[in-house]
Amino acid sequence: MTRIAIKYGFLALLAGLLIYFSVFADGFFGPRSAVFIFQSVAITGILALGVTCTLVVDGFDLSIGSVATSALMLSSYSMVVLEQPAIVAVALCLAMGAFVGLVNGLLIVKFKVPDLLATLGMMFLLIGVQRIPTEGRSISTGMTLPDGSTAEGTFSAAFLWLGRHRFDFVLPNLIPMPVVVFVVVGLLIWIFLSFTRHGRMMYAIGSNARAAGLAGANVERYKVAAYMISGVLASIGGILLAGRLGRGDIASGNNLLLDAVAAALIGFAVLGAAKPNAFGTAVGALFVGILLQGLTMMNAPYYTQDFVKGAVLVVALVFTFALSNRMKTKG
Amino acid sequence: MTSACDIIGISKSFGPNRVLRNISLHLPAGQVTVLMGANGAGKSTLVKVLSGVHKPDAGTLRLNGAPYAPDGPRDAIAQGVVTVHQSIADGVVTGLDVASNLLLDRLADPGHGVFVRRAALRREAQEVARLMGLDLDVTAPMADLGLADRQMIAIARAMAKSPRVLILDEPTSSLSATEAERLFALIDRLRETGVAILYISHRVSDIRRIADRIVSMRDGQVSGTFDTAPLDYEGAVTAMLGHAMTDVSLSDATRGAPVLELRGLQLQPGATGIDLTAHKGEIVAITGLLGSGKTKLAGILFGLFKSAGGEVRLDGASYCPGGPGDAIAKGVHLCPKDRADNAVVPSFDLTGNMTLPFLRRFSRLSFLRGREQRRATAGMIETLGVVCQSEGDDIGSLSGGNQQKVMVARWLLEPCRVLVLDEPFQGVDIKARRDIGAHIRATAAERATLVFVSELDEALEIADRIVVLHEYEMAGVHDSRTADLSAIIAQVSGGTTGAHP
Repeated sequence: MTRIAIKYGFLALLAGLLIYFSVFADGFFGPRSAVFIFQSVAITGILALGVTCTLVVDGFDLSIGSVATSALMLSSYSMVVLEQPAIVAVALCLAMGAFVGLVNGLLIVKFKVPDLLATLGMMFLLIGVQRIPTEGRSISTGMTLPDGSTAEGTFSAAFLWLGRHRFDFVLPNLIPMPVVVFVVVGLLIWIFLSFTRHGRMMYAIGSNARAAGLAGANVERYKVAAYMISGVLASIGGILLAGRLGRGDIASGNNLLLDAVAAALIGFAVLGAAKPNAFGTAVGALFVGILLQGLTMMNAPYYTQDFVKGAVLVVALVFTFALSNRMKTKG
Repeated sequence: MTSACDIIGISKSFGPNRVLRNISLHLPAGQVTVLMGANGAGKSTLVKVLSGVHKPDAGTLRLNGAPYAPDGPRDAIAQGVVTVHQSIADGVVTGLDVASNLLLDRLADPGHGVFVRRAALRREAQEVARLMGLDLDVTAPMADLGLADRQMIAIARAMAKSPRVLILDEPTSSLSATEAERLFALIDRLRETGVAILYISHRVSDIRRIADRIVSMRDGQVSGTFDTAPLDYEGAVTAMLGHAMTDVSLSDATRGAPVLELRGLQLQPGATGIDLTAHKGEIVAITGLLGSGKTKLAGILFGLFKSAGGEVRLDGASYCPGGPGDAIAKGVHLCPKDRADNAVVPSFDLTGNMTLPFLRRFSRLSFLRGREQRRATAGMIETLGVVCQSEGDDIGSLSGGNQQKVMVARWLLEPCRVLVLDEPFQGVDIKARRDIGAHIRATAAERATLVFVSELDEALEIADRIVVLHEYEMAGVHDSRTADLSAIIAQVSGGTTGAHP
């Protein structure tokens, strides 16, 4: 009984919520609303998948939110100020994400800085760095640069396409690009973690790093790789955010880190995994999205949102740890 | 001599594993009783029963004649049984100064008031230090002190509680000889005050210096008590290692070409190099006490440590692995000791644990092939007789012996040139030990096998040759069929009778 509750309890709760909102919230049930939910969680979800990879190797990445906003600022800067094409902006951002991940990983495995502290430091550093080139101002066409000239570049159409294009699916112009990216990244990470040798080794490292090392795994390299995946995914999130906003807004993405971490942790409870997993993370992100969308449609005030997210997280963690521990002690 | 503490018929089991079997012994006041025993003999469990961590399943404890049934570690201390644990880190708070450390328990006492009066604290601490004969600046930060001083302070703090029984669990394991001598001087003073001291150690030099009595433990039982002067050290070591020959007949191994050659391999700078050749089809046991260099040698072969000098050759070519991955690729497999720390992946099932080092073989383009993994695992479960429901069981649901079978089987999945097994029989019962040993022998023909064991009868049971290490040097080589047990034991314990063959 407990076993079933742990395994399917969270999915049952999700189904219950869906039914409840479909019945009581007008306009909740339907493809447009579903797409809206997906869109609201797509970028958070991509970041959450990255942090999942670091959780798998028993690490943690607090820098993902600031990597995403740095990517947002970097892509804007390269297009608006440096007047580079979209492809350069994207390449720069991905390289930046990989580099930040590499530095995080090296700080942790070579300099033995605890993961939380290393990535926290990186977070502050990035929040600061992204403000320096523009002296703390947001980036948009026509802005005044520090040297007094005016920025002439624009966001290219190709770049905006990344954030705003909608694919036809059942209805015309239904699925936005970020949702497609979220689904594809989710599938890739799920396949990687669950079905490949390298993913399996990462789980082994997270469970007993010394045993994995003595079984021949290069533990340090795997850990660095996990942080690099996290950095790259966070920069992808930042690129999509920039494409959606169309300007380098200094204040965007404040909530990305906490929302992404919450989604990854809620994912522990899905299917009773009690460990980080890609499917759970995606479901966790959607769960939060559905709850907020439903409550908004039922006229819950916006300022209750963070409270609701926090409550869901705490309940999910109780599900995972208290129940599965009790089951273990029962034998 | 009055007995400060009596242990009468104590038994303790963890699941099916009977760790203590009807142990009886007494600790006289004002004497140092040394407790000897190999890994897994039950020493630490006995200490935990005395210090209130575990409750015995059967038997009684008496303290100065009165019944003693501690209700937890705090209660044990309150009743006068104080333990200084092996790892010094548990004993001291490095962030504070010496005075605070000496009186830490006083500070933790809720009745002591909120504010710390530094002057009074210092005075009291100086008094404690003086009584213990410690010449220390009590205002010095703990972090500036050496290991010996920290150990002394942990003991001094224990003495501040004026115990009747003091338990020291391998107190010299991280001390140099001169540091140890200071510790012994302290123990001498404590002995004169009438404290009963239970001193746990493998180190023969310690024991010669400090022991009034020796109690040897083996397989959860007292295997020998030595309390008449002069103490019979070799008898105690024999009782601890055991020489009961087991009825396993060694089939003659056909010794093939040399596979692994050690040429003047130095385990630590300044030590005499080791020359040893392991042949194809041969099983060589390497034995010695804790700290004799077994772990170091195993680690060098697997690329975990660098040797201090000399050379290792594998199949005639120089072999110097950069790490475990490299060693495995070159055909050297190591099954590490302490499986819970070094081998078991608790979140994986049996299949995942068994196939961990060879996932490459069980995958194509990195995609795992689950059916092949399960089939190979099921085959190994069958050959080794692992008791389980299926190959998908949680590793944690298996008993210790069966977990160990899985860990050994892990390294037998793929053929190799050299198989190194570090304490493969650690914490397993006799049945599992036989199963594992039989399988290692059965598969030994195509490789050289090195088995690191601290129990002599395990070495005799499995090996063709026995190599004895003592203090990072080779003390002797014996053919296990013609071995002279007393000579081996003398070499293990660092006696002088060991003639190099």
